[in-house]
Amino acid sequence: MPNAVAERTAVRTYKNYSRPAWQRVLLTREMAIIAAVIGVYIVAAAVVPNFAAPITLTYLMLDIAAILLIALPMTMIIITGEIDLSVASVVGLSSVTFGTLYQAGLPIPLAMVAALAAGAVAGFINGFLVTVVGLPSLAVTIGTLALFRGLAVGILGTTAVTGFPDSWTDLATSKIPGTPIPTIMVLFVVLAIIFALVLHATPFGRGVFAIGQSSEAARFSGVRVERTKLMLFVASGTIAALAGIYYTLRYGSARGDNATGLELSVIAAVLLGGVSIFGGRGALHGVIAGVFLIGILASALRLANVTSDVINIITGTLLVISVISPSLLAWARSTWARQRGKRAAAGGAAPSAVGSAIPDAQPSPPQQKEEQ
Amino acid sequence: MMSSRTFRKGSFAALAMTAALVVSGCSSDSGSESTSSATGGAEGGSDANLAITFLPKNLGNAYFDTSNAGGAEAIEEFGGTYAEVGPAEAAPDAQVSYINTLTQQGVGAIAVSANDPEAICDALNEARDNDVKVVTFDSDTNTDCRDVFINQATSEGIAQVQVDLIAEQIGDEGQIAILSATANATNQNAWIELMEGILAEEHPNIELVDVVYGDDDDQTSFDKTAALLQTYPDLKGIVSPTTVGIAAAARYLSTSEYQGEVAITGLGTPNQMRSYIEDGTSAGFALWNPADLGYLAAYASKALIEGEITGAEGDTFEAGKLGEYTVEADGVVLLGDPYVFDADNIGDFDF
Repeated sequence: MPNAVAERTAVRTYKNYSRPAWQRVLLTREMAIIAAVIGVYIVAAAVVPNFAAPITLTYLMLDIAAILLIALPMTMIIITGEIDLSVASVVGLSSVTFGTLYQAGLPIPLAMVAALAAGAVAGFINGFLVTVVGLPSLAVTIGTLALFRGLAVGILGTTAVTGFPDSWTDLATSKIPGTPIPTIMVLFVVLAIIFALVLHATPFGRGVFAIGQSSEAARFSGVRVERTKLMLFVASGTIAALAGIYYTLRYGSARGDNATGLELSVIAAVLLGGVSIFGGRGALHGVIAGVFLIGILASALRLANVTSDVINIITGTLLVISVISPSLLAWARSTWARQRGKRAAAGGAAPSAVGSAIPDAQPSPPQQKEEQ
Repeated sequence: MMSSRTFRKGSFAALAMTAALVVSGCSSDSGSESTSSATGGAEGGSDANLAITFLPKNLGNAYFDTSNAGGAEAIEEFGGTYAEVGPAEAAPDAQVSYINTLTQQGVGAIAVSANDPEAICDALNEARDNDVKVVTFDSDTNTDCRDVFINQATSEGIAQVQVDLIAEQIGDEGQIAILSATANATNQNAWIELMEGILAEEHPNIELVDVVYGDDDDQTSFDKTAALLQTYPDLKGIVSPTTVGIAAAARYLSTSEYQGEVAITGLGTPNQMRSYIEDGTSAGFALWNPADLGYLAAYASKALIEGEITGAEGDTFEAGKLGEYTVEADGVVLLGDPYVFDADNIGDFDF
């Protein structure tokens, strides 16, 4: 945007960016979360017995792998200003689909494809109701949260399908040879790169942000709002189903109540990672750091014999802080800008001085979004 | 712009600091415990690592509070280190991360009530590979994932105690009915079948007129009780082998003209049944004693840690006030006969 302006107006009186490049990269919310992750990890490694052992990383990544996977499409959905609360129920539905088809004698790869298809259909139902019928995604996915979970529990009842072949269950918990990193992270990294490229380096991704800023403006700019949202919901369902397969194999148990409540962990991590719940801003590296922050904190606190209630209180407090901090910062910045504006006016500035004061003193909306 | 940037950096530094302080603060007050257990494990050989951690299905559950208190009592008796960890929700997978954590901490034994027989298997076996003994109680895992299972009661014992109770309460003759859970509830159906056999064999004068299903729903069970009493005016007793059913039936009887006339017994918990025992609606009901269950699990853990037993059939060990126990086939240790709660002892229990 600033570049386009620069081309048209040959002479301009202010800089392209208000801050140098290193500041724009480092002084962001995402970097703050990454710094928090590193800080918490170092402190925990120094203070908590057994935390520094490599096996901690293995367990940690196995625990958060499902959240990491689902957080990828969830980030994009929340950036468009929508939400998908049904993901954990899709995990359960996929787990049950996978389990019952395996029990019925289908080969594992075919059962996996069927589970992924079930997830895609579930996502399509969400997307259809949101985009074609035009209902709010909060209401739709609360409904399908109950619906998909009900289907999952209804199919299997309180029983579980177990006895998956060891070759598959071992694969789900195996490590990359010579490292403490679980193999599932390879799948995650590949998907994360794809999602990051799509979100941050394609017209589709720009459309996602544009929808979040203003759905109307995006439509008039040629973004296909409905199609974009529908694709995101289908992606969300499919990735949740993938997480369901991982979940089933990791625990060797296909159950209707698998991953109950996981949607809240995912959304908490996405918001902690700097994605605005109102849509329009966020970045994948922040979200990934957010998932790790919650995972590392929980792991360290468990090793320090802190009870689960206290762990929930701490992650909840972190989340509240992370949600209110942008508003607090915006308030502080506008107060400061107003004061500076008064100062400039009191000084009876010359026209040239006014020109240089404008870009800093007047926070233009898109710029503010970028900085929050 | 400088001041707002500083403010932002400051706020996140504060956030990170808070997190760091919480981590270090929490570990400094409970860290001593885990350190002592870790060093206990490192010493190994000569004196055994008697750090035993109870992992219930979920925390804040009165039943497990009682059983774990029994475990704590036993561990105090033999001078081990007691700890309790667990998830807030009884989700099938929620226990895995706790088992992993305990493995890392190198505790001597884990006493766990499994939320899922399969989901925690890998984690438990990893713990056992690292020399942690695994005792299941209340709810078992697959037999190859643990060393010993403390079984609270056998189906035969549960069926027998309920028949004995109802026979005693109605004077060994007359019509009775059973108010069960759901029509396909595996446990209840097994018990009912055994009870029918015992009734036919030992109590020929008692006639079982009907088995109805309250679906483990309070209102449905309440309505079915009302229907039973209208259909069978000569009914002398109701047996409900489910905690939801017995409480609903007792609630109906306590407010009806049948109070004291129609006996109610079965499987219940003291907190649900206390008022009905006190007002005479029920003369007594059965369940196991969770405190004894935890107590026995702690002693079994100790015996495993010290190498006194391996979980093989025929192994015997001492369990303090409960006496000597023998490991049965598949590594099962049976707590004993179900425990009968009545007006004399119900005040001693809170679960």
